[in-house]
Amino acid sequence: MHGIFTIFRKEMEDHFSSIRFLLISALIVMVGVIIASMVGMGIQEESKGMAKPTFLFLWLFTSTGKLFSFVQFIGFFGPLIGIFLGFDSINRERVSRTLSKLLSQPIYRDSVINAKFLAGVAIIAIVLVAIVLIISGLGIRLIGVVPGSEEVFRLVIYLIASILYIAFWLGISILFSVIFRSTATSALASLAVWIFFSFFLGLGAGFMADAVAPIGQSGTGVDPSAVIKHEQVQRTISLFSPMTLYNDATTTILDPLRKTTRSLILMGPMERLSLSRFQSPLPLLQSLFIVIPHLVSLVAISFLCFGICYLVFMRQEIRTV
Amino acid sequence: MENQAIIEAEGLTKKYGHQIVVNHLNLQIREGEVFGFLGPNGAGKTTTLLMFLGLTEPTSGKVSVIGFDPTRDPFHVKEKVGYLPENVGFYDDMDARQNLQYIARLNRIPDKISGGRIDESLKVVDLIEEVGKKVGTYSKGMRQRLGIAEVLIKEPKLIFLDEPTIGLDPDGTNRMLDLIHSLSREKNITIFLSSHLLDQVQRICDRVGIMIKGNLVAMGPIEELAKKKLGVDKEDYTLEEIYMKYFKEA
Ligand SMILES: Nc1ncnc2c1ncn2[C@@H]1O[C@H](COP(=O)(O)OP(=O)(O)O)[C@@H](O)[C@H]1O
Ligand SMILES: [Mg+2]
Repeated sequence: MHGIFTIFRKEMEDHFSSIRFLLISALIVMVGVIIASMVGMGIQEESKGMAKPTFLFLWLFTSTGKLFSFVQFIGFFGPLIGIFLGFDSINRERVSRTLSKLLSQPIYRDSVINAKFLAGVAIIAIVLVAIVLIISGLGIRLIGVVPGSEEVFRLVIYLIASILYIAFWLGISILFSVIFRSTATSALASLAVWIFFSFFLGLGAGFMADAVAPIGQSGTGVDPSAVIKHEQVQRTISLFSPMTLYNDATTTILDPLRKTTRSLILMGPMERLSLSRFQSPLPLLQSLFIVIPHLVSLVAISFLCFGICYLVFMRQEIRTV
Repeated sequence: MENQAIIEAEGLTKKYGHQIVVNHLNLQIREGEVFGFLGPNGAGKTTTLLMFLGLTEPTSGKVSVIGFDPTRDPFHVKEKVGYLPENVGFYDDMDARQNLQYIARLNRIPDKISGGRIDESLKVVDLIEEVGKKVGTYSKGMRQRLGIAEVLIKEPKLIFLDEPTIGLDPDGTNRMLDLIHSLSREKNITIFLSSHLLDQVQRICDRVGIMIKGNLVAMGPIEELAKKKLGVDKEDYTLEEIYMKYFKEA
């Protein structure tokens, strides 16, 4: 335990004094503040003289405004934060020949990888909590609404999901930093995985769905059951993507008017009807029920990823050639 | 000098795939001696050191270092044994004191105690003047001496040095060798050093072992090996000559 704590402390000091950390936080704060101000001022204009709708406060995070919402921004940029924080964590010490020295101290070998992972997660948590607080403060000033306890709770769940999501990417990049000796290679490999999941998996899901359940253009029109099958295949495949898991989870938890993570096409007619007729927000508990499978999947893939990383590191030759 | 064995290896073997890198090594190192582990590049010296520290698992055979089995109990070995890897690295953006402080903390030495120890070991290696500079600015010789200072922080009973003079100029080499010698004499630390530069280290070693292609082909005081290989009458033998003889036979 002592080893973990000492390495954790050094890693945190390294992060805080690094230009990398400065750039990441500066970028997030800048984008977060710009988005929140735009959205906040928009809400202020629109809701003048009207009764404030429920969950107005959460709009700060979910409303797309002119560009994109804060939630979308983290969904896209979050993986890059994880990758930046981890891509050179092990191989940097290999290149500088400090790894074998570190491991010849009286510490357990897994302390090194555990401490580095934990320090990365701590940094992610600090950055995210800080920016959410900044946006909230800004929002309270701009729209004059104080978040209720339910909104706060939803934000907390959003934060947990985001930390898990970025931690997954941290795990991916640390894994590559264990496997590859060169920091450039591990950075590129992590980016390649990110590109694969964010762009090609969506495309690939479409192609797969076309192949497995083609929607035939017969004379009578489109067969509804084929459309449903097509959609199901596409969704199942894209559920393998952490992006999809995360986006579904966060939009549901922050947007209480959304009642399902499924797309409209998959709903039955009654379901669709009830959705349009009864525009009351979903209670917190119900929202939770919907996103819990997503959260569990996020936890599972993050742990799986870190677990692989751990095993590879523990079995690896440490010699620095 | 005591006669208790501080390192004992019996039939120690390491294979990488089919390649036998260390072949049935039998070795006993006595407490307090300076042992030179010599042999050309690729002979298996580093691999042997890594097995002694529990950083690589032996394929077969037994080892005991300061009374512990490094494979099963690396923790206790690393607590009392210092290791200076070949071309040791440092955190270049930190200064000497910060580097040593980190190592001290990893060894669970409280900051109150480590402060004094750090100064003391930096004095021993003659780096106390440069303590505030970033280690990235150090010369090769200074880095190597800082490595020794770092190893001294945990007050080891035994130190493994892997090629401690590699890449040093003649002046730096002599300085390094004198330093190692003084550690042995003044602090009574057992030294196990590996090198392929035979003529350099012979002057400070009590005994040497010659390793060629994974086999320990000879072991003993240098004079004894000279007697055996070169004949008694030869006066100014060098280890190089003895070594070349073994090398040709291998
Ligand atoms: N991880 C490894 N996998 C395969 N072969 C290795 C590995 N590490 C070292 N070797 C081989 O073991 C032999 C001995 O290496 P080493 O112990 O470093 O020699 P020395 O330190 O005496 O120069 C070399 O031939 C090297 O190629
Ligand atoms: Mg070597």
